[in-house]
Amino acid sequence: MYQTLTLPAWAVWAIAVAAAAFIALCLVSIKRNGGVKRSYFAMPYTLWMILFTLVPCVLIAYYAFTNGGTGAFTLDNFINFWDSNHTVNQMYAEMGPEYEVLITRGTVNIDILIYSLWMALLCTLICLFLGYPAALFMADREMRLGATLVVLFIIPMWMNFLLRTIAWMSLLEDQGLINSFLRALGIGGVKLMYNDGAVLLGMVYNFLPFMVFPIYTSLNKMDVKLLEAAQDLGANGPRTFVRVTLPLSLPGIISGITMVFMPSVTTFFIPRILGGGHTMMFGDLIESMFLTANDWGVGSALSLVMMLLILLSLGVLRKADPEGEGGGIA
Amino acid sequence: MKKSLCLLLCCALLVALLPAASAEGGMVTVYNWEEYISHDAIKLFEQETGITVNMTYFTTNEDMMVQVRNSPSSFDVVIPSDYCVERLAAEGLLEEINFDNVPNYANIDDQFKGQYYDPDEKYTVPYMWGTVGICYNKTMVDEPVDSWSLLFDDKYADNVFMLDSIRDSMGIALKYLGYSMNTRDPLEMNAAKELLLDQKNRGIVKAYQVDETKDKMVAGEAALALMWNGDAMYAISLNDDLDFSVPQEGSNIWIDTMVIPKGAKNKENAEAFINFMCRPDVAEMNFNEIWYSTPNTATIELLGEEYTSNHVINPDQETRDRCEYFHDMEDVIKIYNAMWTEIKSAK
Repeated sequence: MYQTLTLPAWAVWAIAVAAAAFIALCLVSIKRNGGVKRSYFAMPYTLWMILFTLVPCVLIAYYAFTNGGTGAFTLDNFINFWDSNHTVNQMYAEMGPEYEVLITRGTVNIDILIYSLWMALLCTLICLFLGYPAALFMADREMRLGATLVVLFIIPMWMNFLLRTIAWMSLLEDQGLINSFLRALGIGGVKLMYNDGAVLLGMVYNFLPFMVFPIYTSLNKMDVKLLEAAQDLGANGPRTFVRVTLPLSLPGIISGITMVFMPSVTTFFIPRILGGGHTMMFGDLIESMFLTANDWGVGSALSLVMMLLILLSLGVLRKADPEGEGGGIA
Repeated sequence: MKKSLCLLLCCALLVALLPAASAEGGMVTVYNWEEYISHDAIKLFEQETGITVNMTYFTTNEDMMVQVRNSPSSFDVVIPSDYCVERLAAEGLLEEINFDNVPNYANIDDQFKGQYYDPDEKYTVPYMWGTVGICYNKTMVDEPVDSWSLLFDDKYADNVFMLDSIRDSMGIALKYLGYSMNTRDPLEMNAAKELLLDQKNRGIVKAYQVDETKDKMVAGEAALALMWNGDAMYAISLNDDLDFSVPQEGSNIWIDTMVIPKGAKNKENAEAFINFMCRPDVAEMNFNEIWYSTPNTATIELLGEEYTSNHVINPDQETRDRCEYFHDMEDVIKIYNAMWTEIKSAK
């Protein structure tokens, strides 16, 4: 997990040459045209995108559709996604008839996927119900505390999310702060960690700001005159909220849902730390395929399935917010 | 004029980014486990030889294997465990060590030389060794800890930490059932899987983890934990209530060795590094830092009673004889992996 990266000399040279070429190009352009063409500004990022987004995606697709040993085209990796025992069953069959009792369809991958989607859904809903009122409060111009609350939401994000998750561990443990406090009060210990609830807590804690901020932004952008107009026309508080505020904040909600749901589905590490490794999420599964099982083919197939699901959900959400007003990725 | 000066400066900046020319003594790239070497020993080596040490780290043998397979020549010294050496040697990824450059090899105990993974003593120099056993809290366990059966006992529901490591957890389940840790028979593996699934379903396992366990045992989070003896040593040093035992059914014994991967760029520096690590005082520095068992007889003499009387770090011969080395399982590892994922994801 903590390998140091040393760039080979040729890579450093390649980067140096590319950078020098870019600077030279800009200088030539300044000399000839008295300025840099605007499209040049996109070049470093385009190169970055090609190297670190496009190429890895192509590689993942390549590994997913080829056999790790021979490099020949195969759909085995996807069959392994559907039936996690596919390869293993073939091995049993080859070993002899006495092992045929072991042959069963493996539902592990599908189960983990369904579990991940379920947890992501729960996390998104909780974030929405916690986040919307918080955003409303923060955006209310009459509340002095609003601005303070924004800062309070941002400050924890300055810290790495792994550290924040590990910090939860020392709160929730049996000998941790909360349980020590409860015991001191004579209430007795409660099992707070190593279960689904703790995993969900970790997810909500880490992803809540991604729900609050888009909603806050769209509420903040809203014209106060609209609320005044609604009141002038005789709408009461709840009615104003349902007919004016809520529809206008919808882009923020959509964007928030996307930004919470996507990282939730691909969560990893949190189940290991707060869930005690009792459950795996799809992210953990992919990681173990690459690092522990060294099965890059199946790992890549799982990654492709993941990407496809995310694209699908983005498509659905885009339908709900065609203008992309929420400022999100949808 | 100004612009060309600017260009010149940019180029100068870029040149500064290029890898610095190597120091006079050259360098040696070491690929080691996290927290598995004394940093004072590295400094001493750099002072004495003028060779710059470039340390890189891994957390599991499986991680390490992926990297070494991808580019063996990026490292000069790697510290894999026994069964991985067997695999690396079989794949032709190891360089033969010139033992003329490693005179301190004579300090290594003969019982750790010429093991199955390197019968002709060509590729490896033992670095540390150890066992796997049960670390337990004496205030929470009032029976003798001499069997793996404790890890499967309802008495300790929600009170057992298991290792999130395929070979270790499957291995002790196999041992408990009376099989070999190196079985290739899927029916035996399946029995071990059922046992571990049952252990999980009955709520005995509190968590599956690796590095966190020792600190949690110190904090008294659980009664029993499957643990490597070095980690247990660390935990015991911080909490007197803890002790360690290698059960009667037998367990795993392992040796981590120093090897030189194929095509290493600084082979002689690598040999100098390996030789240095076998020097009695240096091996003592390493022992005092990481507390795993040392195969260095000269170091054990230096450490004296403190080392030899410690049953955790220096298990008696009878215990060692009960233990089994892991062998490379490349042909059936997919079965182990599939079963372990099934256990880990079971609800």
